[in-house]
Amino acid sequence: MTSRRNVLKAGAAGALALGFPAIVRAQSGAIKIGHLTPLTGFLGALGEYAVMGIKMATEEINAAGGVMGRQLDVMSEDSVNPATASIKAQRMLERDGVEFLMGEINSASAQTIMQVAARNKRLFLQIGARSDVLRGKNCNRYTFHVDIPVTVMVNAAGQALLRDGHIKGKRIFALTSDYLFGHDLAKAAKAFIAANGGTIVGDELTATDTTDFSPFLLKIRQAKPDLVATNLGGNQVTNFVKQYAEFGLPYPIAGFNLNTADAWAAGEGNLAGIWPTVWHHDLDTPGTKAFVAAFRQKYGKPPENHAWIEYVSLKIMAQAMNATKSVDTEKLIKYFESQAEFDLLKARKGYFRSWDHQLIQEAFPFTVKPKGQAKDKWDILAFGAAVPAANQPLESINPSKELNACSM
Amino acid sequence: MQFLFLLEQVVNGLVLGGYYLLIALGLSLIFSVGGVVNLAHGAFYALGAYGAVEIAKHLGFGPAVVLSPIAVALLGILFERFLLRRFYTADPILSLLVTFGLALVAEQAIRMIWGAAPLPFGMPQAFKGNVTLGEFLFSRYRLFLLAVVALVLTGIWFLMHRTSFGRVVRAGIQRPDMVAALGIRLQPYMTAIVMLGVGMAALGGALFAPITNVHPAMGAEIITVAFVVVVIGGLGSFWGVVLAALLVGVVRGITIHFVPAAGEASMYILMFLVLLLRPRGLLGERIEKFE
Repeated sequence: MTSRRNVLKAGAAGALALGFPAIVRAQSGAIKIGHLTPLTGFLGALGEYAVMGIKMATEEINAAGGVMGRQLDVMSEDSVNPATASIKAQRMLERDGVEFLMGEINSASAQTIMQVAARNKRLFLQIGARSDVLRGKNCNRYTFHVDIPVTVMVNAAGQALLRDGHIKGKRIFALTSDYLFGHDLAKAAKAFIAANGGTIVGDELTATDTTDFSPFLLKIRQAKPDLVATNLGGNQVTNFVKQYAEFGLPYPIAGFNLNTADAWAAGEGNLAGIWPTVWHHDLDTPGTKAFVAAFRQKYGKPPENHAWIEYVSLKIMAQAMNATKSVDTEKLIKYFESQAEFDLLKARKGYFRSWDHQLIQEAFPFTVKPKGQAKDKWDILAFGAAVPAANQPLESINPSKELNACSM
Repeated sequence: MQFLFLLEQVVNGLVLGGYYLLIALGLSLIFSVGGVVNLAHGAFYALGAYGAVEIAKHLGFGPAVVLSPIAVALLGILFERFLLRRFYTADPILSLLVTFGLALVAEQAIRMIWGAAPLPFGMPQAFKGNVTLGEFLFSRYRLFLLAVVALVLTGIWFLMHRTSFGRVVRAGIQRPDMVAALGIRLQPYMTAIVMLGVGMAALGGALFAPITNVHPAMGAEIITVAFVVVVIGGLGSFWGVVLAALLVGVVRGITIHFVPAAGEASMYILMFLVLLLRPRGLLGERIEKFE
């Protein structure tokens, strides 16, 4: 009796699981794209926005007739961790027949997918990971990087800190997340601080799964610095700023990494200081205004920077495929390396630098609005003017060849 | 000065240990009485936090911290009655699998209901900032947290050691067969213990929500710490769990003072040492049914 019912249940579940991919596969002639991003773990919240962004771009492109008359079929999956990311990337290329790979936020996972791309000689548009080494020491010719590298983040927040007199002649306490991205960020931050006359008085590493920062807060109080500079990732930043506000320490705080989702999660009254970002929803350009309005209508909340970057990334790929009339990796690489320009919904257009495949674009510092000025829970941030300034070359905030050598 | 800094870390570690205790004590009680390692304990902690965020929107912070744990404790009754109860006498691997599965389901359910993005949540302005007592700095909020923990702890101790309810439960831990022979059904007691345990976890979640990230995987973060505390403290002992929780907090503080990067690893090293020297845990009692 029960066994028959169980067999039926299992059969139904199996049919459901098998049935859906079959429907997707049935779309003949679609261009298949493999998309990997963390949907669980400490970057999962950002990955959710990433999927929203790329989904919206897919729907827009397909509604307008697709690319070269073919529909786009983006398969998004949780990249989980570096090892799983690499296995899934290989499977997508080998078995699912995707033309190229896109995605990632975690620098360590991006690294393993880059290796898969190089081994298979297939394009990987690395969207959201920011570690310098990905486009420096460990670069390869099959990978292009959309998000700003950590050096740019340090420069964007650093310029604002310098202007406000927080660096020169000041004693700075650095707190760094103990993994690839954190180390990279700390290296760039320390170089910037040293070059601009600041002194590091505390330099501490913290595990990525730290949720309670109270022992570190005590050490900060003991060091009595002029500035607390954080090089943390994902959830950590939110935990840290919430507890910093809880303890009410008087030292100004800044950081070289903060995603808008983590800033929103801290909530009004908890966040303070100066931070960098690659894009924000308050940006006053027609492109951003239209994108934010459409996103709000579809999802009922403003887009986070990872939603924006995935959206423009798919548009970049669509432009490249249309221009080359091809999905072929070699032709696409050639097109990107020609330093063709792309609309990023910002004031200035961006392009991939040919020697390290980094998308060159504007970045922004931001601070926090005074209490009571926020219109809603997403309106707590005050965004500064774009860096570099309009009269300076876009490349000026990026690492130079000497600083971050890449040889393909 | 150096010594004073270290002492400050020790005191701060005790405060943190108090909060760990809130989660670990329930886990230990459920384990001791039912023989079930409730891997879904973290899920109730997370639900406590999410519940507090929702309730605070309408009723404010105070009612949220009280009502959310009560709601989760009621959920705990259903959990015990329809799920956990079937596994007390079964192979322990089954209850591990079931509660682990439930933890995954709960995390995904939270993600589906509230989204993967963390929810913003703050504390009333009055709790913000610090108090210095002598040379030591305390967060005002954590002192409040400590007071709540002390209150709950006293209540639990009284319940377990000064009431007939507690006598039956403690007897049930040691000799369930004898309790049954005396004509006492342990099942309603077990329901109450689970309710109490997950309620405490939810209280921990609600209290910690203003100072941590409220996100779907927060339960998975805490269950490991709670489990380590229970293992170090030893089964069946109220004071064992108390001692272990405080020890974990203090050792973590001291480690971060000297080797900051090893802060999160310190409790595992501590667990390793304790298991090596006292496999039953610091104050663990010999429990026949687990031997």
